[in-house]
Amino acid sequence: MAAAAEQTAATRLTDRIVGFIDHLRANGFTVGIEECGRIAAYLAARQLTRMAQMRLELKTLLTGSKEEWLRFDDLFEAYWLPSGKVRTNQKRTTSPHVKNPLRQTPMWRDHLADEHRSDGDAPQIESDAGSEPSGDASGRLVAAKRSVDRKTDLKHIADPDEIREAERLALQLAQAMRYRLSRRHRMARKGRRIDLRRTIRHALPRGGEPIELFRRATPDRPVHIIVFLDVSGSMKHYSRFFLQFVKGLVCSWMHSDAFVFHTRLIRVTEAVRDRNSSRAMTRLALMAEGFGGGTRLGESLATFNRTYARRLTNSRTVAIILSDGYDTGSPDQLAEELARLKKHVPRLIWLNPLLGWRDYAPITAAMRAARPHIDHFAAANSLESLAAIEPELARL
Amino acid sequence: MTTSTDIAPRLASAGYVADDALATALELTLSLQRPLLLEGEAGVGKTETAKALALALDTKLIRLQCYEGLDASATIYEWNYQKQLLAIRAREHDGQSADAIEKHIFSQGFLLRRPLLKAIGQAKSPVLLIDEIDRADEEFEAYLLEILSDFQITIPELGTIPAKSRPFVILTSNGTRELSDALRRRCLYSYVEFPDHARELAILKARMPDIEEKLSESVIGFVQQLRKEDLEKKPGIAETLDWAAALCGLGVKSLQDDVAKVTGTMICLLKTETDIKSVPKEAVSRLAGKAA
Repeated sequence: MAAAAEQTAATRLTDRIVGFIDHLRANGFTVGIEECGRIAAYLAARQLTRMAQMRLELKTLLTGSKEEWLRFDDLFEAYWLPSGKVRTNQKRTTSPHVKNPLRQTPMWRDHLADEHRSDGDAPQIESDAGSEPSGDASGRLVAAKRSVDRKTDLKHIADPDEIREAERLALQLAQAMRYRLSRRHRMARKGRRIDLRRTIRHALPRGGEPIELFRRATPDRPVHIIVFLDVSGSMKHYSRFFLQFVKGLVCSWMHSDAFVFHTRLIRVTEAVRDRNSSRAMTRLALMAEGFGGGTRLGESLATFNRTYARRLTNSRTVAIILSDGYDTGSPDQLAEELARLKKHVPRLIWLNPLLGWRDYAPITAAMRAARPHIDHFAAANSLESLAAIEPELARL
Repeated sequence: MTTSTDIAPRLASAGYVADDALATALELTLSLQRPLLLEGEAGVGKTETAKALALALDTKLIRLQCYEGLDASATIYEWNYQKQLLAIRAREHDGQSADAIEKHIFSQGFLLRRPLLKAIGQAKSPVLLIDEIDRADEEFEAYLLEILSDFQITIPELGTIPAKSRPFVILTSNGTRELSDALRRRCLYSYVEFPDHARELAILKARMPDIEEKLSESVIGFVQQLRKEDLEKKPGIAETLDWAAALCGLGVKSLQDDVAKVTGTMICLLKTETDIKSVPKEAVSRLAGKAA
């Protein structure tokens, strides 16, 4: 009898644990069949002891990342303790490929200034006197100088000279970054190092005389570039010119992707690659509906991190953000998403057109929150200033 | 098989004070024989965990430090080419056939075992520490997955070498890049945090038994407060131990009495210029006051 009672108790407990795993899944944890098997093996192996011990064991078995680790205790209490907390109704994701946004906890909150800047996205220059453009670092861009017409239709900036200049620059930029040498060696006819393994093997039939030398070299591994272009209202003087720049970059560079963002993120790689320049611009204008609206950089990056980052990035990715940093979203979120992006890409470059303005200091809440995550922060308000960042990129 | 309940005291006898979460994780690693992935900030004692585990189990620690561009010849095996060349010459002198020579020079004696091959060839299960896996590239991660699931390595000249014993694998990551989901799911997971007051005090006492009670209390209090400051690089456990040793060496009896000396020793705790600037003498004196 006692054995039977124990048996039912054990079954009930197993049921409860299966229920708990379900509960975790409902809260966005990735718990696959393998983990379930692991739990079963663990249950079979030993008697369950104290609650605290069981919590730690299940925590080790069921979590897989820092975010999950930090959220586990709350979920555990909600499920196992009678005065449990109410489960927030969250979207169900069981696929390991889907990143549930709710799994993300604010990691960087403690490190950030907590002021929120919710006012408009127009470029407000901090001192009135300093807002006059000066010399080469003119706030008005070379491109803007020519196109008096400021309608958001991108077709009108198709001045052939401008395009050629921008594309030439982009090409140079791309060439500067072309190869980041890998340290891995591979067989090659003209390498620096001798491939001893093959050499010796081939020396054997010749009485151990290494007549033929095989060599290894470091293969060229191209850098992968991802460009994020801000096309919101505050960037309208620049975005049209930058679009040419992005086009030059993406067309001359196989391993690249382009995104534009304002309040949401749109992937434009295909449209930009269109050989026919004016058709590309038309396609872009259609895709980026809402050009000239507000900016939500944090949210746009969140979209990228969630949907594209895993697929598109590798350890040779360089992310370039072209934005003035006037963001209507929360700086906390921006910093958090940049930190996440930084984990996916080894280099993060921010080109800010306003940086070339005299007396401009990147002190908006968004810019300040973003600054610690940026590897290279440079001006990009004229062709000259764009050219100036080339040596910086060559060092990657 | 190791009985799992006594790992914490055994670690303690090896000079390592583990908290409950980590002790549980290690127990499960031993009993389920699955790799354990430790994540956490630099300086929380992830690498030390593996060393202590090896000491506690009285087994070998085999360490593989990851870096970008890590390849098979650095992780699995390499032939000893110099020795091979010499052997070819010597044998040829004796007039042996090429076939015989080939068989000879591609045998176990000419194999240089790198950490992964070494780890599966031990008679007693060793602790295999794969340190800073996030620094290696994705290709290595994928290869590692294969090793971790099969525990066997194929060498074209010798055939497949199965594991003599299953190593206890500990992977550490500082989180500089996202690890693949596949790797995460193969492993047990534990996030290591900075130790709390009691545990750090226990660590200090275990490592420096001679330190005075009062000083050790205030040292730990100070460091715990310091970690709450806005720093670029928070001091780890190793830094705490260094600092305590420095204070003892300078003959400091109480943090509050000798603020100038204490400020001078802050270089043991703070490792960047901005951090040192952000904790001036006044801040040291304030923290020392709080810690006392």
